[in-house]
Amino acid sequence: MGGVSGSQTEHIVGSSAPRKEGRDKVSGCARYIDDLSFPHMLYGATVRSQIPRGKIKKIDFGPGVAWNEFVIVSAKDIPGRNWVALIENDQPCLAADVVNHPEEAILLLAHPRRHALPKAVAAVEIEYEALPAVFTMDSSERQEQIIWGTDNVFKSYRIEKGDVDSVWAKADYIVEGEYSTGAQEQLYIETNGVIAAFDAEKGITVWGSLQCPYYVHKALVELCGLPEDKVRVVQTETGGAFGGKEDYPSMIAAHASLLAMKAGRPVKIIYDRAEDMAATTKRHPSRTRHRTALSKDGKILGGEIDLVIDGGAYMTLSPVVLSRATIHAGGPYYWPNVRVRAKAVATNTPPHGAFRGFGAPQALFAIERHMERLARAVGLSPAEIRRRNFLQPGQTTITEQVINEPIDLGKLLDRALGLADYEQKKRRFAKENPLGSEKKGMGIAAFLHGAGFTGSGERHLASVVGVEGSADGGVKVLVSSTEFGQGTNTVLCQIAAEALGLPYEDVTMARPDTGEVPNSGPTVASRTAMVVGKLVASAALGLKQTLVAAGLLKGNGTAAEFRAACRAYVAAHQRLRSLARYESPEGIYWDDQKYRGEAYAAFTWAIYVAEVTVNLTSYSTRVDDFVALQEVGRVMNPVLARGQILGGVAQGIGFALYEKVEWREGRMANSQMTNYTIPTSADLPAVRVFFEELGNRYGAFGAKGIGELPMDGPAPAVVNAVEDALGIPFDSVPLLPESIFEGVERAAAWRATTARTPAGVR
Amino acid sequence: MRADPTEYEFVAPASFVDAVQLLAEQPAAWLPIAGGTDVMVQFAAGTLGARKLLSIWNLPELRHIEVLPEEVRIGAGSTYTDLRRHETVGREFPLLTLAASWTGGIANQNRGTLGGNIVNASPAADSLPALLAYEAELILVSARRERRVPYLDFHTGYKKIALEPDELVRAICLKRRFAGYVSYGRKVGARNAQAIAKVSIAGLGRVEKGQVADVRIALGSVAPTPIRLRQTERVLEGRALDRDAIGQARGAAVAETHPIDDIRSTARYRAAVVGNLVGEFLETLGGATGHE
Amino acid sequence: MKTEISFVVNGERRSVRAYPMERLLDVLRQQLSLTGTKEGCGEGECGACSVLIDGELATSCLVPVAQAEGTSVVTIEGVAANLRFGALREAFLNCGGAQCGICTPGMMVAAVALLARKPNPTADDIREGLSGNLCRCTGYLQILEAVAEAARRTAAR
Repeated sequence: MGGVSGSQTEHIVGSSAPRKEGRDKVSGCARYIDDLSFPHMLYGATVRSQIPRGKIKKIDFGPGVAWNEFVIVSAKDIPGRNWVALIENDQPCLAADVVNHPEEAILLLAHPRRHALPKAVAAVEIEYEALPAVFTMDSSERQEQIIWGTDNVFKSYRIEKGDVDSVWAKADYIVEGEYSTGAQEQLYIETNGVIAAFDAEKGITVWGSLQCPYYVHKALVELCGLPEDKVRVVQTETGGAFGGKEDYPSMIAAHASLLAMKAGRPVKIIYDRAEDMAATTKRHPSRTRHRTALSKDGKILGGEIDLVIDGGAYMTLSPVVLSRATIHAGGPYYWPNVRVRAKAVATNTPPHGAFRGFGAPQALFAIERHMERLARAVGLSPAEIRRRNFLQPGQTTITEQVINEPIDLGKLLDRALGLADYEQKKRRFAKENPLGSEKKGMGIAAFLHGAGFTGSGERHLASVVGVEGSADGGVKVLVSSTEFGQGTNTVLCQIAAEALGLPYEDVTMARPDTGEVPNSGPTVASRTAMVVGKLVASAALGLKQTLVAAGLLKGNGTAAEFRAACRAYVAAHQRLRSLARYESPEGIYWDDQKYRGEAYAAFTWAIYVAEVTVNLTSYSTRVDDFVALQEVGRVMNPVLARGQILGGVAQGIGFALYEKVEWREGRMANSQMTNYTIPTSADLPAVRVFFEELGNRYGAFGAKGIGELPMDGPAPAVVNAVEDALGIPFDSVPLLPESIFEGVERAAAWRATTARTPAGVR
Repeated sequence: MRADPTEYEFVAPASFVDAVQLLAEQPAAWLPIAGGTDVMVQFAAGTLGARKLLSIWNLPELRHIEVLPEEVRIGAGSTYTDLRRHETVGREFPLLTLAASWTGGIANQNRGTLGGNIVNASPAADSLPALLAYEAELILVSARRERRVPYLDFHTGYKKIALEPDELVRAICLKRRFAGYVSYGRKVGARNAQAIAKVSIAGLGRVEKGQVADVRIALGSVAPTPIRLRQTERVLEGRALDRDAIGQARGAAVAETHPIDDIRSTARYRAAVVGNLVGEFLETLGGATGHE
Repeated sequence: MKTEISFVVNGERRSVRAYPMERLLDVLRQQLSLTGTKEGCGEGECGACSVLIDGELATSCLVPVAQAEGTSVVTIEGVAANLRFGALREAFLNCGGAQCGICTPGMMVAAVALLARKPNPTADDIREGLSGNLCRCTGYLQILEAVAEAARRTAAR
């Protein structure tokens, strides 16, 4: 075991306490949604749109199916509002008259026998009147068809800092570039699934694989027209989420609930892999244009950044994803003058949603590729151009947030380059590359990631957490924050144990159940350890104060005394519970209109260095070495923290080199694990993870966020390394062998038609 | 899962003879299923046409590898794992062992069979180019007769094979005559494991006195069937493997293939990789024998 | 038509009535309540449903239950109950080999199959042995380390 005992309680935070639910997971007895079953339960399935956009003219129930055995639900059966409540209530739970993307849900079926459903789904014949559809950001922007609102724009933001229009005249160089990123499937190994049960007395209860129980709760209240206390949402063990179970569970929970209400029996819906991939959310594709003014010594004087993300057919989370992309657009650099124009546009594809990083990987890919272009223009090395522009303490970000922690990115860069043996390898590769069909290169990415909700988000959320003392003297943490592999259970228990001076084993987590736990906000945005953790620590201290005030405990009692006090209190008062509510720190200023102010309570910082080999026989890229160095505040649990970085880097390498969604008229054509390829254990290097720890006064015991950061850096680091290897710039991910081949061909053709080797292609 | 198991029939004869007998009585009615690595994927996706399945998995007559003086006879039900673990196969037919190691992960190698790979007839199948290069022969058995056919003519079109409806592939025969050959195998897929080939190659050759004495090049995923590059081979016969010869062979190889655009890759890319792989094979062949 | 299928599961003789083309995966999970075996893709690609059949690793989503007749099947529950594999469980816990946990049963079964054939595996052996098991959380490294650690500890005993 992890060596945590009562006498070492002061060291629980920062120790590798074993994963709280780990033993269940390694013995196969952790219960995920598809492992649960209720008496008389039916199975549900979804009839989906076969076309990208059109009017529903007619629905027929075809031959060969005993339709009387099925429960059938359409939009007409919805007791409340036909929408999935989120930001803007534009997305119907079931399409009634029109469909706006392939795979949009139209009808629901339920049957006692799971295997009877696919044939029935296929037997439903829907006649459409097709409408012209929009599949790309370009055609959406050109408004070839208006498919959403009046202009196809879900949301736009603008940042203005300084006076950008004045910089062009002063510039020694003006450098432009355009960068794009593709959709990426979260590909949690457990597909989306829920069970809903309805009871006239108790209302609706939903169990499911999900990140945000209270999002689902809100959606069901509006959909079912029930009072809040008649809707209960329980998270079951969740087999991966990565943002992909932030908003979509509201949809599938809504579907199961409608079936359960009509059937009067519990209904389980589990998507198969193909349905999960084709119908649920992915990372927003993006396109970013940079135009930057530089001085002759390589300092950024100012720039314009135009950023567009593809939101799909409905708004869902696009405004928030766009917000994070906007604020991260400048990277970890100082921009005296900058204008960012960002918008999320509509296309007739399934809505894009949250995926680890949430807009930041898109924006940071663009700036970190653009830095290479700046370096080339000025004739500086990739390291030097970054060094000259790094944000320094006291300077301001593009939203004019003052950096007031002693971060030294230059030092961080030096350390990362040293760990990667960067200079020596660059020299060696320069010598060896001309000799064979394998070309090696080194690439750097420098980046930052805002921890927690953007701007005023945390103030609006006003999260509440609880800590409860129980009759046996143990302590339970009550939060709606969920565990889906990232370590919520473990870290929050560590924090409570540390705050109370108890052994880690004395603290347990309450199951996230909206009937039992307060709303500690959604489990997103790398906010759990920092924001929720801080509240847990404060609620834990509240609990202790209660015991002290009751005269049952001295200020610094032992764990045994605490347990005794706890037991005595519960014996006398039945319940011992302490709640803590989020309060915005003093002096935090954020202007939602101008997008100016303190965007995040804390930033995490990182330098990643990738070493790659590009094989010119197959045009494939292998990552040989990867150094991930980051400052994440205090590392709460070293094994878990390293696991977060390793997993994020793997997803980032997938985003960079492997994972491509093949779109055919708005539908994913490669919705199988065979054809949408994530890296296997044979495809990844032994990534090397290093931390710096500056701490953070706003986070529990100095924590910042950690989950999303590692997703941001790999794509630019890897693509920069490919450019270094080949001398050919690539500005889109995923960078598949096919694209490298085309790039090599283009460069060869260009070389053949140019008398001298032009600058920019070595 | 998109199939309804209640709609399927399944029989598991106790012997190969019983299986053949059933096919004789109801030809074309039954789809043989061995380890299920192809059939069950289609079944689960709801795309399997057949409703009657005849299990030939683990039939002892099909699952053994016989080493004869002249040839190695591989039972069609031998798995990739069986191939990888077989010492003689590894020594004398390394391209087949290599291809077996490319297929899926360990679990798929434990269930996927060589006969199944042949009959499923995917142009992207990993083991088929090696069989073309070694000029395997197939023993096909029905209640009527047993016949031996060259594997080279077995694939007649996209997913079409020269197998009668009442026949089963019993064994794959490889002549033991490749001592001294240089072999070169490579699979280019989307990732290093669990990938479907975008292009794969099995190259086999022998150089005598600086000249190509024998050369066989087979490719996967670049035509409706796995193919041998006959014209490319002819270009090379009797030639020294100099830059000219290799350049011509690359061009001939590209001309001889018919790659397509699909969800896995592009025709242009595949054509380029064909040229590169053929070039790399010939350089290997030239280099390996140049030192003799 | 349903038939009677008999096999040994985790050392115990079991008999089920099932349609022969039902997937072994579904019979294990639904009829035998062995829900530790997971479905990730249903096409033999992710390895979450890995079990041992007569000692050899197999993806149970690709096995018609009728083909399991007369075999001996070991699932994660069988691995968990076996003291011999205690080192593997502890190593997965200590090294961070399980995050969300959904791939973990399949990974552990694949590791058992690997270690049975190669008690002292090289790093490449481990990568290859687990390359049919997809994980989206860990980036694999801590899983590979866990298997190496388990091999070391078992060898040291």
